[in-house]
Amino acid sequence: MRLRIRFSKIGKIRFTSHRDTARIWERGLRRAGLPVAYSEGFTPRPRISFGLALPTGYESEAEYLDVELDGEAAGLSGLGIDGEAAGLSGLAGALTEATPAGITVQAAAGIDRAEPSLQETVTSCTWRIDVDGVDEGTAAASAARALDAGEILVTRERKGRTVTDDVRPQIVSLDATSTATGGVRLIAELGTKPRALRPAELLAGLCPSPRELRVRRLRQWISTGSKQREPLEAFTLPNPSPAADAARTTNAKDHRDDRPSGRQRGEPAPRGRFATATATTTAQVARQTGRARANLVGS
Amino acid sequence: MAARRHGPGRSAEFGGRAGSLGSVTDLWPRLEELLPRVAKPARYIGGEDGMQSPVHDARAVSWLLTYPDTYEIGLPNQGLQILYEILNERPDALAERSYAPWVDLEALLRTERLPLFSLESHRPASDFDVIAFNLSAELTYTNVLNCVDLAGVPVRSADRADGDPLVAAGGHCTYNPEPLADYLDFVVLGDGEEAVGEVTEVLARWKAAGKPVGGRLGALRELAGVAGVYVPALYDVAYDGPRIVAVEPRFPEAPARVEKRTVADLAHWPYPKNQLVPLTEVVHDRLNVEVFRGCTRGCRFCQAGMITRPVRERPADQVRTMVSDGLRRTGYDEVALTSLSTADFSGIEQVVADTVTDAGCGQVAVALPSLRVDAFTVGLAAQIQRARRTGLTFAPEAGTWRMRQVINKLISSEDLYGAVEAAFSQGWSRVKLYFLTGLPTETDQDTLGIAELARNCVELGSTHRRSASVTASVGGFVPKPFTPFQWFGQNTTVELRRKIGLLRGELRRTRGVRLKWHDPEATLAEGLASRGDRRLGPVIEYVWRRGGTFQEWSEHFDSGLWLEAMAACGLDPDWYTCRHRRVDEILPWDHLSAGLHKDFLWQDWRDALDEVGLEDCRWTPCYDCGACTGYGIEHVVASAVPPAGGSQGTGVSRSSGGPVPVALAAPRRPVGAGVS
Ligand code: SF4
Repeated sequence: MRLRIRFSKIGKIRFTSHRDTARIWERGLRRAGLPVAYSEGFTPRPRISFGLALPTGYESEAEYLDVELDGEAAGLSGLGIDGEAAGLSGLAGALTEATPAGITVQAAAGIDRAEPSLQETVTSCTWRIDVDGVDEGTAAASAARALDAGEILVTRERKGRTVTDDVRPQIVSLDATSTATGGVRLIAELGTKPRALRPAELLAGLCPSPRELRVRRLRQWISTGSKQREPLEAFTLPNPSPAADAARTTNAKDHRDDRPSGRQRGEPAPRGRFATATATTTAQVARQTGRARANLVGS
Repeated sequence: MAARRHGPGRSAEFGGRAGSLGSVTDLWPRLEELLPRVAKPARYIGGEDGMQSPVHDARAVSWLLTYPDTYEIGLPNQGLQILYEILNERPDALAERSYAPWVDLEALLRTERLPLFSLESHRPASDFDVIAFNLSAELTYTNVLNCVDLAGVPVRSADRADGDPLVAAGGHCTYNPEPLADYLDFVVLGDGEEAVGEVTEVLARWKAAGKPVGGRLGALRELAGVAGVYVPALYDVAYDGPRIVAVEPRFPEAPARVEKRTVADLAHWPYPKNQLVPLTEVVHDRLNVEVFRGCTRGCRFCQAGMITRPVRERPADQVRTMVSDGLRRTGYDEVALTSLSTADFSGIEQVVADTVTDAGCGQVAVALPSLRVDAFTVGLAAQIQRARRTGLTFAPEAGTWRMRQVINKLISSEDLYGAVEAAFSQGWSRVKLYFLTGLPTETDQDTLGIAELARNCVELGSTHRRSASVTASVGGFVPKPFTPFQWFGQNTTVELRRKIGLLRGELRRTRGVRLKWHDPEATLAEGLASRGDRRLGPVIEYVWRRGGTFQEWSEHFDSGLWLEAMAACGLDPDWYTCRHRRVDEILPWDHLSAGLHKDFLWQDWRDALDEVGLEDCRWTPCYDCGACTGYGIEHVVASAVPPAGGSQGTGVSRSSGGPVPVALAAPRRPVGAGVS
């Protein structure tokens, strides 16, 4: 069966690469005792697939991975997860516990095999980009200009070649606002097809081009027609509105880095059957799981 | 790379450490602004599973355990990880870690006037009482100076003030710390498990007294009284021309000869208990469990084997526990059972079997690095064939049986062919062979024997696989202190280049053999530091001041700079490297002891020249080399007989009818091996 996991990556750990994060998850899943399926062949690899790579140095409130688990028919209950809310929340808690500080598992649910891969299915991402070198008025004006423009040409290196692309079609929305500390913040929804537009490339396309300070992926979206949904909703939804985000400091130490944990220094993390559910209350979980499941095609 | 060239007085530019930093203790807010601009920033963030967050208080002696190379190379270092835990368990000590920042971050740190920092609390290195380096390779010495300077601490011990951290070192290279004598405040010889505690006690008293003015020398003198601790500044070296005529202690506390420390029983030291699990890629990225320390196979070129005698095995049960607990805790799917020759571990068969069948560990690969050729059989190859993610490496070291007798690596060509055949027949298509060239008494016939072995291996392989190939990796031999070859004059770069040329010519038309070789110039630089005396210090400093850091890295190694430095200091590279030493010569490390009697080493050197091999003392009578007899300890070995298979250091086949040394493994549970 296939398990989809949603997690955030915030604080110092943002400096790990996509590859590093993949390795962190391979170990984390084993520590949590999940029966990850392995590929056949000379060098068996755990069957885990990740969505769109998050550039090194960027934070995220919406990362995903899909994991193939051994035990075709068993489903979640075969894993000892008691079907619904408490079980899934327990699993999320155990996975948070099994991964390093800075990674918090926000949701987990079984998904249908037929569900297309994250890479294929995600159509856009919402980014929060704190910038420097422009004031809010200038940023708002250049954002408006960008949205009005017929095309925005950006020159970038790709596979060793310099190519110039029109990135305008991939800018779904773009707003400039300010942070509580007086900095300038852009909220942008950027398309991923045919190729994901990165925040740094967006900034290069703006005029004047602001300097990137701190970037966080807020959402990944799947658009079908006029409907937009997330690959999996978080159990506890952080408020995505710019106003609420502005209340948080932007460049000071992010205290979520130091995720509270029951672990003492050096003490091994508990392993096994997700016995360490700590994340959410049962009531919350019931509500959230209901919501999460609405997005899924059963398990 | 112009920015990397610093003129003399490089340290002066960083003189105002306290001034620019004030009382800042957490550098993270400053560092995180720089990290988006450097390669692999995850090297600097800490946060590994197993990381400790010790509370700094005024009484505890704070150690900054530093590896003078990149995080990727340094993090897995077992010595530092063991001490890290032992120190943090003590109420009177705490330890954090640091690694040499790569050149991009170093440049930014210098422009921003930020110092070397710890990974745990991102605290300035100069906040610690001791900055302790692990010295595992001579070419990292310039990085040691660079790290001390980046810490804002004067590089020479004589220039340090009472409040400056003490700069210390441990690790294999400290058996000849003389090239760094003017830069290190103290050195610990041998196993550090017990010594760090005793050093901590001395320093805690000094710290409690408020590190009084002028008290630094007093503290160092007291440290010199701790067994295994060497304080270079307490000794005078007298020269007559180029030769050393005497090394004399200047104070009564300093022993005339500093003896190494040896932990008698590994069972008391089940460390690391919480191996650090890095967030980013490092070398040996797997669980590592040390199954024994020491090796008495007696390979004469091998310093590691000589200085770590006697053999001390960890009880098999403890190994099992460390493996299963470690796998569960870390989430690794690979464990290496480490030692200098893992097939010699008495319980190896059972331990591997238990690991691969332990359901609690999941699907696990077992790596057996340093597995002797004479233990690698078809049966074992069949078991480990699924672990092809790492290639197979064998280390015959020399091309002819005569040469292998000289170096006492007593494996026969048949042992090697058997191992290689086993590998190819079980599906490997490529094996790597390690050789040394420039060995004592080596003739061109011996050198060319390397080509012949490689060619024969490919031929054997091609009967099993059309694509069979062999990589022959040839390193230039550097004689090391406290080995029988410490008197040998190493080959000149010209000679090494000629020998490599011979091999290239010989193998030019051989299909399936790929030849790789080490830069002979780097072999020379390593030789300078390996057997150099205190006069090498200014050479190392000269190279460092001109930007010569990361000399272990071929893209940064600068041979011209080393030769320029030798010339500037009026020293002759050949005198230090290529000259045979006489029996009566006072060697720069004679006032230190790795436990080996000098006359034992000399006799072994004579035996080498006579092509006489010496069997392993684990299973034969003691030769009284001194490693046990000198300290009242002995081998801790569970098995009274050597493992079966191959010739086992006798040159005679002992494998007929004997059991496969390491059989086993359940289906789908690979066992990996690097073989030596
Ligand atoms: S003292 Fe004897 S038994 Fe011990 S290592 Fe030396 S030769 Fe071997």
